[in-house]
Amino acid sequence: MTDKAATIGAIIAAHHHREGPLLPVLHDVQAAFGCVDVEAEALIARGLNLSRADVHGVVSFYHDYTPTADPRPVVQICRAESCKARGVEQLMDGARAAAGARVKLHTVYCLGLCSSGPAARVGDTLHARLDADGLTKVIENA
Amino acid sequence: MLIRISDDALARALGADALAEEFAKLGHEVHRVSSWGMHWLEPMVEIDGQGFGPATLDDVGAILDGASAKSIGKIAEHPFIARQQRLTFARAGKTRPTSIEDYEATGGWSGLRRARTIGPEAVIAEVLQSGLRGRGGAGFPAGIKWQTVAAARGPKKYIVCNADEGDSATFADRKVMEGDPFQLIEGMAIAGLAVGADQGYIYVRSEYPDAIRKLNLALMHCADIIAPFKCEVRVGAGAYVCGEETALLNSLEGKRGEVRAKPPLPALEGLFGKPTVVNNVLTLAAIPHILEEGGASHYDSHGINRSKGTMPIQLAGNIKHGGLFEVAFGITLRELVYDIGGGTESGRPVKAVQVGGPLGAYLHPDQFDIEFDYEAYAAVDALIGHAGLTVFDDTADMGGMARFAMEFCAAESCGKCTPCRIGAVRGVEIIDRIRSGGRVRDTLELAPQMHNAPKDAGRGPLEEIALLTDLCDTMKFGSLCALGGFTPYPVMSALKHWPEDFVGNAVVPEAAE
Repeated sequence: MTDKAATIGAIIAAHHHREGPLLPVLHDVQAAFGCVDVEAEALIARGLNLSRADVHGVVSFYHDYTPTADPRPVVQICRAESCKARGVEQLMDGARAAAGARVKLHTVYCLGLCSSGPAARVGDTLHARLDADGLTKVIENA
Repeated sequence: MLIRISDDALARALGADALAEEFAKLGHEVHRVSSWGMHWLEPMVEIDGQGFGPATLDDVGAILDGASAKSIGKIAEHPFIARQQRLTFARAGKTRPTSIEDYEATGGWSGLRRARTIGPEAVIAEVLQSGLRGRGGAGFPAGIKWQTVAAARGPKKYIVCNADEGDSATFADRKVMEGDPFQLIEGMAIAGLAVGADQGYIYVRSEYPDAIRKLNLALMHCADIIAPFKCEVRVGAGAYVCGEETALLNSLEGKRGEVRAKPPLPALEGLFGKPTVVNNVLTLAAIPHILEEGGASHYDSHGINRSKGTMPIQLAGNIKHGGLFEVAFGITLRELVYDIGGGTESGRPVKAVQVGGPLGAYLHPDQFDIEFDYEAYAAVDALIGHAGLTVFDDTADMGGMARFAMEFCAAESCGKCTPCRIGAVRGVEIIDRIRSGGRVRDTLELAPQMHNAPKDAGRGPLEEIALLTDLCDTMKFGSLCALGGFTPYPVMSALKHWPEDFVGNAVVPEAAE
């Protein structure tokens, strides 16, 4: 058994007793490998006694699961209404310039910091009240 | 000295952790408490009831000397706090979120204890009496939903808490989960007792890591207290539509978060086909207070008409004093935006306020005197939703915001029903055409072989607006859920009040009504 199969097997075993275990399993697989690829889908399908189509349908539906891993650090920037009202769109050109090819910018709709936007998230660290310099710093440190 | 600093995600995003560390390093005892909800003052430092904010590391010395210019005086007497009627957020700023001792010392679990004494029928009667309506947006009476589930037959029932708070301008759910998680769990345990369910799920969006962590911690601490009721946190996967209750149930079951047609109602055939109560965080968090002695009539004594109790209103966007403001129904936007919120942060005039998140209507300053009430809002084609307010100043491009509403719907549509899946894409295209002056006939249409294609000059902005109006009607009445069904609210309200943002100086169309 490959390492990958063993890891995914352990993840499935940890969640198997739960009702509706697929999403918790996918979260752990995504966290472990940075993606849920075709191979992982097949292993999960077998482990949970689902069809590969079922698993692929779920993986492709949700924004949090990706088919390939991206080694770049990710900066999530909120561009929902409240952050727009606080000027996030004016920061985007600068953000793209700061990110270049090194950092992946990911648009999200709402981080729940709507009174104090623009807001960004790197991993589990949140940033609020960002101006152009603040956002550039967040991206550079990502 | 005892220093209190919030560990709310917003305070942490603004540097509260470093601040707390600094005070601890200087030998002070630091309590990480929930947030008072005055977001423009975060991170806020509290010493003996006195507040200082927004505090930075440079302010630490002056705060300890009592000489800081950041002092706001007694927090409890601050007008933003003193004007509120906090029932759901009674503990905000006062307790350590995951401390079960703090929760008990502030009246925690008394609702659950009393519920166990008076029994399921009496619990449901009190929830009915309180007039509590679902706080997720639809405003359906919570007691009637519970009654339906209680009456449904079956060996297994579920309580599902909808904590997929994806709407922009809303953060009240997050503040409950991060600031007072036991209150939500107590509410769920009471719901379980009332309808005969022993399993609960809290479906939290993945964008709220702090809430997930604290809920899990809280559940670990109180498992014995809520037993035989069991509860588990489930994490969403970034799909906005899973905030819709049937999509949420599918997601919990491990399926694509596609909306289900109703009926069957989730109350009868919900999670795994079993009778299920699906309530929003704020609905369930209001329950412990209602179940206290005299709580139901106290709750019912707040509010107006059929909108009873209090609503945690979230002031967001371009507003000077943003944050959480819990108050009885009946308040006006004018009070909220100007008296309490202090107008825009940019200092420019207010152009629009979107109430109820991305699917809520844009209200014009002429409408600011409408009372906060489910039916009064519905009467002007607006909705209260989850009571999030996004304020825009006069630089906002409302045509652009209408386009964004359609774009958002297209991005987040689950794809189950046609009006939403295709209508949203077409909506973006039509708005683009309106803004670029209409559409001329293409070569193919003008070809002589195309006998049925009109050979006129094409559609001008006015004809395109008529088309958009028609599309919005189709989406409103033909979509399965609120995503497609309510996207027309921001689009049509923007078009109605700010047509100049769509067509420039062209003739303002009357047909846009």
